Amino acid sequence: MTIKESPRVSPVTGRPDRRAGSRPRRRSGRPGAGTLATFIAPGLMLFLMFVILPVLFAAYVAFFRWNGLGGVPTEFIGLENFRNLVQDDVFLGDLWRLALIVVLSLLVQLPLSFGLAMLLHQRFPGRTAFRLLFFVPYVLTEAVTAVLFRLVFSPRRGFADSLLANLGIDAQIGWLSDRDIIMFVIFGILTWKFFGFHMILFLAGRQNIPDELYEAAAIDGATGAQAFRSITLPLMGPTVRMIVFLSVIGSVQLFDLVYVLTGGGPFHASETLAITMYEQGFQRNQIGYASALSIAMFVISLVFALLYQRYVLNRDLQGSLTTAGGNRS
Amino acid sequence: MSVNTRRARLLRHTGFYVAAFLTTAFVATPILFALLGGFKDNQQLRENALGLPSPWNVENYTDVLESGAFWQQVFSSIFIALVTTFIVVICSAMVAFVFARYAFRGREGLFTLFAAGMMFPFAVAVLPLFIILRSFELLNSPFGVILPQAAFGLPLTIIILRTFFRSIPGEVEEAATIDGAGPWLFFTRILLPMARPVLATVSVLALVGSWNSFLLPLVVLQKSTWWTLPLGVTQFSGQYASDTAKVLAFVMLAMLPALVFYAFAERHLISGLTSGGTKG
Repeated sequence: MTIKESPRVSPVTGRPDRRAGSRPRRRSGRPGAGTLATFIAPGLMLFLMFVILPVLFAAYVAFFRWNGLGGVPTEFIGLENFRNLVQDDVFLGDLWRLALIVVLSLLVQLPLSFGLAMLLHQRFPGRTAFRLLFFVPYVLTEAVTAVLFRLVFSPRRGFADSLLANLGIDAQIGWLSDRDIIMFVIFGILTWKFFGFHMILFLAGRQNIPDELYEAAAIDGATGAQAFRSITLPLMGPTVRMIVFLSVIGSVQLFDLVYVLTGGGPFHASETLAITMYEQGFQRNQIGYASALSIAMFVISLVFALLYQRYVLNRDLQGSLTTAGGNRS
Repeated sequence: MSVNTRRARLLRHTGFYVAAFLTTAFVATPILFALLGGFKDNQQLRENALGLPSPWNVENYTDVLESGAFWQQVFSSIFIALVTTFIVVICSAMVAFVFARYAFRGREGLFTLFAAGMMFPFAVAVLPLFIILRSFELLNSPFGVILPQAAFGLPLTIIILRTFFRSIPGEVEEAATIDGAGPWLFFTRILLPMARPVLATVSVLALVGSWNSFLLPLVVLQKSTWWTLPLGVTQFSGQYASDTAKVLAFVMLAMLPALVFYAFAERHLISGLTSGGTKG
């Protein structure tokens, strides 16, 4: 334990303060308010100035019409930015695309990473090499990855088309220009980039399950499939819930990859919340409107996080690992 | 019986390898496309997209390596990443130290404030940040990128370090106090050296975060003087849009530092990134 809360009777009480004779300390080994403040001040100032102040400022500016000039906004318009926001087809489209990415991630990407993690948990020669390799895309910069995939999917017989032609499929697909498939292309790239990260997290979760459980199950005559259903799945619950959380929060903030890949196009077909915010704020100087959008993003993340913690993660916090299986009545 | 299980294992292994190699192909194809594409010329890229380069053409790579812009961007990226990491780790360690080891009024409130910072998506703050940085005249300055990045790195770093500092027994501090060490000496001479592994973890997180950061540099660094690699790559790919082979070489070279870092610090990197993930 540490030396806080309860006043500590120090074994060295009464020793003279060696550092400075100017000010007697109340309790030996306990620094005064001044010392504590010096420790906290740099971090706190940095945090207030570059995290708290901007967020408060955004919340304030969201109630104004402002083109960003002239120091501070002056034209107060109440909730108009928010009213416009909920009628903005691009914004509503952003939400729809966010939902699409989240659903696809949950239904395709996470099961895929889960399956691979189960696979690479098995002992077979070369599995370490595979683990290392599958993590590589996660290490790469999103913006650089986007440039790479822009070239992979370049139009008029780019690399992807040639690859398909080689497999006997001779089609020239508008990978990045067809608004019906662009979101699926982006989802494919996101999967490429992030499945390795999720796989490593699943692996870590799987490795935390003690082998004894499986030995006991085997003694009781359980088959591999039964052990998987009654041991692996429930005990992986906390890992799964945490990855779902990270995945959703990450999707809300999606910017770098899509912005560099398509700029949100064609015709907003791949635009994300952050891209709309960037376009409105930095290209069109609608600072008030873009701030309202920022606040909407913040509220979406916050509400999701609070609800998720309240209704999903709290089971983990209570340490009820084993009740979290498939059979919750 | 034993033949049977051997066969079953062989069959299972075959299944593993098929799945593993399919995934490997999925992962490696785009990277190989960049690596090999950089050695082709544009005609080869069109006519021989899948095969090995013939002849191998090093010109794209040497062109990029001989350009001042590339090295300037490597330097900016490294400089910004190192200074960001230094600032965020020092500031967080000091705050986390006080949070972990001393009781004072308002401590829980302050800690909650910092922890709540985890809830602010960076994109929410980037627009007002731009306006604030503009009024501080920090636009086009590396510190316009460094300070906000460090600030946004504080919450996670503080949480990780506080947990570690709490785990160090009080006796260590008592012993130090008996030897006459005040909080500063205890912090710098004893606590920080003891925390080396966890400091490595949070440093890796900060380094990687800064190295990959794109939105903030995009907004802050409008002049090319301090462009980081991600900005440089996107700009280069626009400028040489018709010279795909050269862009591929640039992309490959821009990915290389991260790949080398991963190859050498794979353990730290994975544990850092996954612990960042699990605590995020």
